[in-house]
Amino acid sequence: MVVLNKELMTIVREVDVIPFRNRLKEHAVKIGMGLVNQTKIITAASELARNMLKYAKGGKVTLEVISTGRENGIRLTFKDQGPGIANIPMAMKDGYSTAKSLGLGLPGTKRLVSEFNIESEVGKGTTVTVIKWKNG
Amino acid sequence: MKNEAIRILQKKNKAILESWMKFQLLDEGLREDLMSNDDLRSQSEELLSALTSNLNDNNIEDAKSMGFEQVNDILASVSISRAKQGFSPRETGNYIFSLKNALLEILQQEIKDPQELYMQSIKIGKLIDSFSIDTFETFLRGREDVILRQTDEITEISTPVIQVWDGILALPIIGTLDSARTQVVMENLLQKIVETGSSIAILDISGVPAVDSLVAQHLIKTVSATRLMGAECIISGIRPEIAQTVVHLGIDLSNILTKSTLASALKTAFTMLQLQVTRKNVTNLN
Repeated sequence: MVVLNKELMTIVREVDVIPFRNRLKEHAVKIGMGLVNQTKIITAASELARNMLKYAKGGKVTLEVISTGRENGIRLTFKDQGPGIANIPMAMKDGYSTAKSLGLGLPGTKRLVSEFNIESEVGKGTTVTVIKWKNG
Repeated sequence: MKNEAIRILQKKNKAILESWMKFQLLDEGLREDLMSNDDLRSQSEELLSALTSNLNDNNIEDAKSMGFEQVNDILASVSISRAKQGFSPRETGNYIFSLKNALLEILQQEIKDPQELYMQSIKIGKLIDSFSIDTFETFLRGREDVILRQTDEITEISTPVIQVWDGILALPIIGTLDSARTQVVMENLLQKIVETGSSIAILDISGVPAVDSLVAQHLIKTVSATRLMGAECIISGIRPEIAQTVVHLGIDLSNILTKSTLASALKTAFTMLQLQVTRKNVTNLN
């Protein structure tokens, strides 16, 4: 897998999500991603960015354009130093929320992207990596 | 013993002002369109006299000392007003840097001993530099104030509630729906429902770039609140890609009346109010 383009963005306020989403859209358009997949990755990204803001008071996102030769895609890595998630399987369940939201953020995001990976340590922070292939 | 340089600067106040004005007027970036030369001169005079009269041996190396309060105040008001008038940072920077040039020029003319001249120049240079940094900070703050005010204005104007028909309100939402915005939208909408006695509200989300679970939650809340007021809420402007994304996210909007376009939402609203739109029969008129 080759990384074609890499960008690091910091998200600490709700307004930071907007430029991030715009950059993401630019890259998605550039690799020729269809409108539906664009919307999916953008929604997933905004979901994860919001989670980061809500639970960890912000964090960093790495935005990468990746290629396997046959297919191009976008990889996003959300890294925060928040409280971490104690029970990941529970957090991945539909309708589970510790903050009175819809509880669809993590499970919904997983359904929107091609590949989803979450690592978390209580007290240290959480890292979520998602990949959306152009035609995935 | 009073510092030689300070004595010179205080004595040569007028010469400095002339030389400073000369530097400023020579500068290509002079903005006569934003500020007249008379204003510029009186502003410069005020600043210079505040600087030289407050200058003494103790504070020449400390721009933050008590003696310079007046100078800092003037600088702050100058840079804030310049930020608001639309001066560029370079133009504001040149204003204060040309003062440094003027001061150094006078020192050069008056002090003959090279070592002394060097020492004094460094001191004055340092002092003016730290004033410049303050000026920049204030300038940026002035700009940020402008941005904040604009942000407020945008939130204010971006949520208009339109009465499209007797009893039907429409609310086009453009941009991202965050918590603060939803609050404004909800307030405006509920208030307008009371004012107009409307029974149907159409929320158009064609201009919302992405609907994630938080946006959906905000929409659901708005719809529930509208229903509590006894009005029905229709969400329109759901684009195909948004529909697919919402389904994948697992958001249940089935309890909410949704339409793909504002036109079809309006049609539904007419049906609900038992209104009918018919084409005029032209032949009958003749």
